[in-house]
Amino acid sequence: MERAATAHAKNADADTSVFPALVLEPGRSDAHYWRDLWRFRELAGFLAWRDIKVRYKQASLGIAWAVIQPVIQTILLTFVFGKLAKMPDGGLPYFLIVLCGNLAWQLFTSAFNGAGNSLVGNSHLISKVYFPRLVVPISALAVALVDFGIMLSLTVPAIAFHGILPGWQILLLPLFVLLALVIALGSGLWIAALTVKYRDFRFITPFVLQIGVFVTPVGYRTDFLPNWRDLLALNPLSGVVDGMRWCLLAGRTELYLPGVAVSALIGGILLGTGLWYFRQTERRFADEI
Amino acid sequence: MSDLPVISVENLSKRYVIGHETRHDTLRDRLSHGVGRLFRGRKSPGEEEEFWALRDVSFDIRQGEVVGVIGRNGAGKSTLLKILSRITEPTSGRVSLRGRVASLLEVGTGFHPELTGRENIFLNGAILGMSRVEIRKKFDEIVAFAEVERFLDTPVKRYSSGMYVRLAFAVAAHLEPEILIVDEVLAVGDAEKQKKCMGKMQDVARGEGRTVLFVSHQLGAIAKLCDRSLLLDKGRVVMFADSAAVIANYLDRDRTVAGGAVDPAAYRVPGFGTIARFTAAAAAGEGDFRVGDPVVFDFEVNATEAAGDLGIGGSIFQASGECVGTFFSRETFSLAAGETRRIRVRIATPRLVPGPYHGGFSVGRGDPREGRRDLDVIIGLPRFTIAPVSASGEAVTHWLPSWGAINFDGVTLESV
Repeated sequence: MERAATAHAKNADADTSVFPALVLEPGRSDAHYWRDLWRFRELAGFLAWRDIKVRYKQASLGIAWAVIQPVIQTILLTFVFGKLAKMPDGGLPYFLIVLCGNLAWQLFTSAFNGAGNSLVGNSHLISKVYFPRLVVPISALAVALVDFGIMLSLTVPAIAFHGILPGWQILLLPLFVLLALVIALGSGLWIAALTVKYRDFRFITPFVLQIGVFVTPVGYRTDFLPNWRDLLALNPLSGVVDGMRWCLLAGRTELYLPGVAVSALIGGILLGTGLWYFRQTERRFADEI
Repeated sequence: MSDLPVISVENLSKRYVIGHETRHDTLRDRLSHGVGRLFRGRKSPGEEEEFWALRDVSFDIRQGEVVGVIGRNGAGKSTLLKILSRITEPTSGRVSLRGRVASLLEVGTGFHPELTGRENIFLNGAILGMSRVEIRKKFDEIVAFAEVERFLDTPVKRYSSGMYVRLAFAVAAHLEPEILIVDEVLAVGDAEKQKKCMGKMQDVARGEGRTVLFVSHQLGAIAKLCDRSLLLDKGRVVMFADSAAVIANYLDRDRTVAGGAVDPAAYRVPGFGTIARFTAAAAAGEGDFRVGDPVVFDFEVNATEAAGDLGIGGSIFQASGECVGTFFSRETFSLAAGETRRIRVRIATPRLVPGPYHGGFSVGRGDPREGRRDLDVIIGLPRFTIAPVSASGEAVTHWLPSWGAINFDGVTLESV
C-alpha cells in the first residue's frame, strides 16, 4: 500500500483520471478510428520503408529491378501492338506510347497488388499488435509510389530524347497519379479484406491483371479507336492511362474527358465501398487471418 | 488522485465459432454451402461448434497495480490479453481502459531478419506505438540495455538468439504506456536476461506508477512481481486475490479434481514446436513421498519426427513458485518418428523438506552450459508432496518456512 502511495505521489502527472476512458464493446464502431489512423501515420511510413529496404537488400541488382521488369514489358508490348498488330501511332514513336501507358499500368498494379496482399503478408503483426489495419494497405501505396518515382525519372528524359519536351500538361500528372492510387486502394481494400477469409483471391488477382493489361489501353491509343472508345472507358483505368499519356507526351494524344470522369466516378465508388467493407470486416481480421 | 479503476472489465465474453470439416476457408466451400443452404433453407446443425474462450469475466484493476494472470492453457488468458490489447473484439461485455495501452504478446513482433539492429529498433518501436522522435530520444538507452552496440549495423538474422531477445525486450521495455500488457515473454532467454527484464518491469510498475497485466506459467515470477493475481479456468474467473493465495488455489485445483492424471498439454509453455512433446507426466505413487526417499516421476514423450540425443531437464518449485533446484539428465534417448516412450526420472537424493511441490520439465538437446535447445516445456506438473514422515516411520521435526526447502545432508562436525 505504502509502495503504491509513493508511486502515486511521484506520478501526480500520470494521474489516469485525465485520460478519457477507452471503451471496448462488441460492434462498437470506434469513434477514435480516424484519429488513431492519423496517430499511426508514422507506422505506415515505417512499413513502407521496411518493404523497400528489404526488397533492395535481398536483391543483388537492387534498384535495377524496379526498372528492368517494366522496360522489358514495354519492349514486348511495343513489339506486339506496334509491329505485329500495327496499331496506329499517330506519328509518335510507338515505344513512347507504350512506355507512358505502361508507367501508369505499373503504378496501378504494384499499388493494387501491394494493398491486396498486405494483410496476409503482415498477418504476424495483425495477430499480435493493435493498430488501425488501414495502415497496412496504405503503406503498400507508398511502396508503389517509390517505384513509380524511379520509373518516372527515367521516362521523362527518354521522352525528351525523342524530342518531346514536357508541356504544361505535366502539371496535371499528380492528379492522374492520385486517381490511379484511389482506384488501386479501393479495389485493393476489397481484395485484402476478402483474402483474409478466402485465400482464393490470391489466385484470382494475377489472372485479372493479366487480362487487364489488354483491356486497358496500355499498348495502344484510344483516340484512334472511336468505335471502342466508350466501351474501353468503362474500365476506370482507361482514363488513368490515357490521362498520364497525355500529360507525359505534352498533349500529343487526345485527352478523353468523359473517360476521365468515368474513372473518377468508379474510383470514388470503389474507394467508398472498399473502405466500408474493410471497416466492417476489420474487427474480425485477427480471429480469421 | 482518482480511485477510478484503470482497467475495468464487465461481463466480458468471447465466443469463437469452430467449423468442423466445413471450414469456409475457400470460396468453393462457401459457394457450395451457400447453394446448399438455399435448398435446405437454413444452416444444418452441428456444422459449427461454439467455443467460449471467455465467459462473464469481470474485474477491476487500479493504477500502479501489477496483476498476474494464471490458468492452464486454454483457460482464456491469451484471449483476455488480446481483447485488452484491442487485437480482437469481445462478443459481449465491456472493457474500459484509462490510459495508453502497450502490449507485448510476443518478443520482437515485426522484427525483420534482413534489417539491421538499428533499423529494427525503429521498426519495432513504431509497431509498438512509439513515435520516431520518442525512439530517437531513447535510442542510446535501448542499445545500452540490449548490449548490442557492436552489432548495431548487422542484420538481426546473424544475431544469436540471446542477442535477438535482448534487443527485442529492450525496445519494449522503453515504451511508456500507462498500461502494459505482457504475455509469457519472460519464458524465453537466459536467467540473467529474465532477471534484468523482471527488474525493468518492477521499475515500470513501482517507480513510474504504471499498471501491468502479466501472464506467465512461471509462478515464481508471478509471486515476485504481482501483488494480486487473476486465476482463470475454462474462460471464467475462479479467483482474484493475493498472488500467494491464488497460486496455492491453482496448484491445488488439479490435485483434487483430477487425482493426478492431468493432461500436460494444459501446462505447456507456448512457443515450442511439435517435434517432441510430453504426453503424460505424473509423480510415482499418489504423488506422496517420504522425507529422504527418492522422488520419482513418470513421463511419456512422443515424437512427430525422429529425434536423437534427447535429455530431460527438470526443476522443482515450492508452492510459492520459488524454484528450489534444477537438474539435467546425463543419459540421453532417441525417438523414432511417431514413437511414444515412457521415461522414468528418479532423483535419488532430493533432500527436500516436507511440503507441497510442483515440477517444471523440459525435453531438449544439448549441454545447458552451451545453450540447450528445448523442444517442449511444461511448468506446474507433476505435483507432489513430501510427507513429514521418514522411511523409518518416524515423524520429522516441524520445519519452519524460513529454513528454506533443502535439508543439507552429510553434515559433519569436527573439533579442530
